[in-house]
Amino acid sequence: MIIELFLTFLKLGLFTIGGGMAMIPLLKDEMVNKKKWLTEEEMQDCLSVSQGLPGVIAVNMATYIGYRKRGTLGAVVSTIGVIIPSFVAIILVIEILEQVSTSPYVKGAIAGVKAVATALILLATYQVGRQALRAPLHFIMAGVTLVAVGILSMNAVYAILAGCAVGIGLAFLKSEEVEEVKDEEGRDDIMD
Amino acid sequence: MTLWINLFLSFAKIGLFGFGGGLAMLPIIFQTAKVFGMDDPGEFGNLVAISQVTPGPLAINAATYVGYYTDSLPGALAATIGVAIPSFVMVLLVSYFVEKFKKSRIVAGALAGVRPVTVGLVGAAGYFMLGAMARDWNWIAGGILLGTILLSGKWKVNPFLLIGIAGVIGAFLIR
Repeated sequence: MIIELFLTFLKLGLFTIGGGMAMIPLLKDEMVNKKKWLTEEEMQDCLSVSQGLPGVIAVNMATYIGYRKRGTLGAVVSTIGVIIPSFVAIILVIEILEQVSTSPYVKGAIAGVKAVATALILLATYQVGRQALRAPLHFIMAGVTLVAVGILSMNAVYAILAGCAVGIGLAFLKSEEVEEVKDEEGRDDIMD
Repeated sequence: MTLWINLFLSFAKIGLFGFGGGLAMLPIIFQTAKVFGMDDPGEFGNLVAISQVTPGPLAINAATYVGYYTDSLPGALAATIGVAIPSFVMVLLVSYFVEKFKKSRIVAGALAGVRPVTVGLVGAAGYFMLGAMARDWNWIAGGILLGTILLSGKWKVNPFLLIGIAGVIGAFLIR
């Protein structure tokens, strides 16, 4: 089982290209349909914890499932499994590129790939923006972050902490409003 | 010796505060890479492009890249383990109280607040990449950029096909 966990996450690491989000459909299929290690509902728990915590989403998912299946050792081998392909592939790519980096063909190819990478990030901004920005305040927060971090080079950690603070503040304001409404309704009942 | 400790700690900070997946973590990674001497926007462009097209989760790829670039194998190990450790510890802690975590008003509020910020962060990563391209502007690369936005955004062409084609076009036409 330990070896199977390791190999499964090794495979997932190898076939994930892009962010950990790209891994989710693959992981779901492997865990719920093929291996039947998790039920659909347990998978949902795994996703809400993995996306709700900071950190590398792929590592969050590997740790969560590894721990569920085989305790701390399971978490360790799954995490190492999902990391190894990156580690090896990146070092290989850097070494190979270093050997050929003076070639004008290679430089041109990298410039071409960079242009695609830039386009994909711009598209991703639009796509996550369309999903996540649902109120005028959201647009303001995203815009302020973009300007502060992108243009004014503010530390990105501050932007994240500020976002958390605003969100927590709003959550408490909203719940107080709900309680006030309840109170008023209660009073109405008494008056009737 | 101290270099890899610094790498470990800096990347642990990224793992601790990085929300919203690899793309949203890129600005923090960029700011960290700058501290370790990768202050050339072109080099950041390479980092992002290579991390995106190489197998493996983006944030792990970028950590290995910056670590290896800074301090070869020990650096790569320190940065990669560093970025993964906070995730590992937090997930182990939270998996004891999944139900509480899901119902927590603080967690839900923080997540709702951080989501718009992550959009801004992905945008900032895009802005950095555009800046890197603008510095040594090339019309063919600009054409590839626009072409990708149309082909991938509008017609959902597989991005990896586009990467392959752009690599070939770039190799022969971008000088």
